[in-house]
Amino acid sequence: MNLVSIAWKSIGQRSLASSLTSLSVALGVMLMVTVLVTSAIVDQALNQNSIGYHLIVGPKGSALQLVLSAVYRIQPPIENVPYLFYRQLQEESRVVEAVPLAFGDFTEEGGFPIVATTSRHFMLEYAPGRTFGILKGGKQMGGPFDAVIGSHVAKTNGWKVGTTFQITHGSAESDHVHDERFTVVAVLAPTHTANDKTVFLGLEGFYRIEGHDKKPEEAEKQLGDFYAQDPEMLAYIQSEFARIRAEREKEEEGGHSHSHHHETPDVLKEVTAVLLLMRSDFDAIMLRAELKKGLQAQAVNPIEPMSQLKEQVVGNVRKVLVFLTALIIVVSGVGIFVSIYNSMADRRREIGIMRALGARRQTVFSIILAESVLLCFIGGLLGLLLGHGLVFVAAPYVADATGLLIDPFAFETEELVLFPVLLALASLVGFIPAMTAYRTDVADALSG
Amino acid sequence: MSLLLTNVHKTYRQPGGNAVPVLAIKRFELATAEQVALVGESGGGKTTLLNVIAGITLPDSGRVEIDGVEITAMHEVVRDRFRAERIGFVFQTFNLLPAFSALENVLLGMSFSGGGVDRAHSRELLERVGLSPRMHHRPSQLSVGEQQRVAVARALANRPSLLLADEPTASVDRANQDNVLGLIREACIENEVSLLLVTHSREVASQFERIEQLSDFNRPEVAAA
Repeated sequence: MNLVSIAWKSIGQRSLASSLTSLSVALGVMLMVTVLVTSAIVDQALNQNSIGYHLIVGPKGSALQLVLSAVYRIQPPIENVPYLFYRQLQEESRVVEAVPLAFGDFTEEGGFPIVATTSRHFMLEYAPGRTFGILKGGKQMGGPFDAVIGSHVAKTNGWKVGTTFQITHGSAESDHVHDERFTVVAVLAPTHTANDKTVFLGLEGFYRIEGHDKKPEEAEKQLGDFYAQDPEMLAYIQSEFARIRAEREKEEEGGHSHSHHHETPDVLKEVTAVLLLMRSDFDAIMLRAELKKGLQAQAVNPIEPMSQLKEQVVGNVRKVLVFLTALIIVVSGVGIFVSIYNSMADRRREIGIMRALGARRQTVFSIILAESVLLCFIGGLLGLLLGHGLVFVAAPYVADATGLLIDPFAFETEELVLFPVLLALASLVGFIPAMTAYRTDVADALSG
Repeated sequence: MSLLLTNVHKTYRQPGGNAVPVLAIKRFELATAEQVALVGESGGGKTTLLNVIAGITLPDSGRVEIDGVEITAMHEVVRDRFRAERIGFVFQTFNLLPAFSALENVLLGMSFSGGGVDRAHSRELLERVGLSPRMHHRPSQLSVGEQQRVAVARALANRPSLLLADEPTASVDRANQDNVLGLIREACIENEVSLLLVTHSREVASQFERIEQLSDFNRPEVAAA
């Protein structure tokens, strides 16, 4: 019989206390594993979603808010930029693709965010190497009131191709429901990104919704402010508004009221953000720097604010959670110490017997230490299984609720550190009981 | 010569500081394969003597030699190994480990010697003491007599040259007393093991050819004076 099997027998003798102490270690390790895996998943998710494009262009303001609203749809948009500006970006020679996004409304049912865009959005990679897929029966948006919906929207609302729906203005809780009805023409294959929880409309239809085109006076003022430094654009804008006013006057004279079914003039349109695919990283840097000099718009490399968020918020939250779960493991270790130490009085005679049979002091010391290590190791192993089991079981639910892609078999290399740490902890908490065994007076123990 | 004690003295200090002399033995010897019953009053130092012989307790002075090797001069680690390999111990209360089966208790005796674990020999020993069908039972599942037989098998596991038995029949009923005693004595004869058996029972002692009264050769009061 070796030391481990002797230690194992002793553990078995106190099966209830041993199981409970081991379980406490297991729960600590389970929490640690869950924290490590989920934080890695969040980390990965914050990376994967934001890097399909070089730049996101939007109004001046918080870069993080721009990324969170444009890519993750978890923040309200800052403001809008003129549609003309999007067109300018589109014509910019360094830009390969410019995809406009306009949002701010929500579905009446389920409160999913509405994002108006062009069909190009679905043809480009939303993340490197990952393109949108359309589920069977779907087609690209054609008519102004066609809609493409994310897989989570389809699943939650029970929508499919042909379903019609209405949207609310401003916020998910708003009572202002637009009259226009949209028809689902396609359901996207799951992307495990915020796109799954989004309803996409065509830009043209979006502008046709009552209230989505700006009032000419308001638009003229805003465009005037936006292009204050650009006389050429100001001249164009003035001529455009003059044309619009002339047309409207003519319509009113002719007895027609203004109808929103007319093609909306570009000067009355706005977009919330523009996703840019640049010719090169260098071009992206240059354009970003150029926009930074101006006062109206900003271009953001989506990775940067997310990296800052990860480092400053997510990273710190992770540190706190890791610290707390480490504390739980330490407390479980103290539990093992108490359990073994309390058993030492009862086991004095056993130790005396082993010593009388020829066991050395070091041998009984090692047996007690082996018990501590076994309890920690078993707890650690169980915790590892429970932690990954929890991730495995929770993966589909979390994916549904958050859109985060969770690999049920995700394993973090940091988990490997757990076992040496547990070994050190076991040695630490087992040391005092082991020393008690080491110092046991054999004659006393046998006579007691 | 299997065992030789010369000028062995042992005094215990009481918590109050009083010295209580327990052993003062000028000479005591035991030949190879000899069997001796050691009789003495309760508190007369019998268990201390066995502990000193086994190297569990060191004497204050004197020499203890087993097979010509002075164990009192050994380093503790060497002495532990020597005890594991050369001395068998049968206790009054059997001292089997409750979590271990009969077989495992015998194997445990082997685990601490340098010879390694010999499962076949352990099984043979249990067979020899009539516990073959019950070798996987735990002590709590065995009768008192069976437990003592396991203890005997364990004491013989490492093929010792000296077997120390401390009141081995005191906890067994009368019917089992002769069985246990016969078993110990026969096993020692078969394996040429010297036997020093401590008992307070005249009846048990009477079965031995050599009976020693502890007070005849242990004179702590004389030494103290």
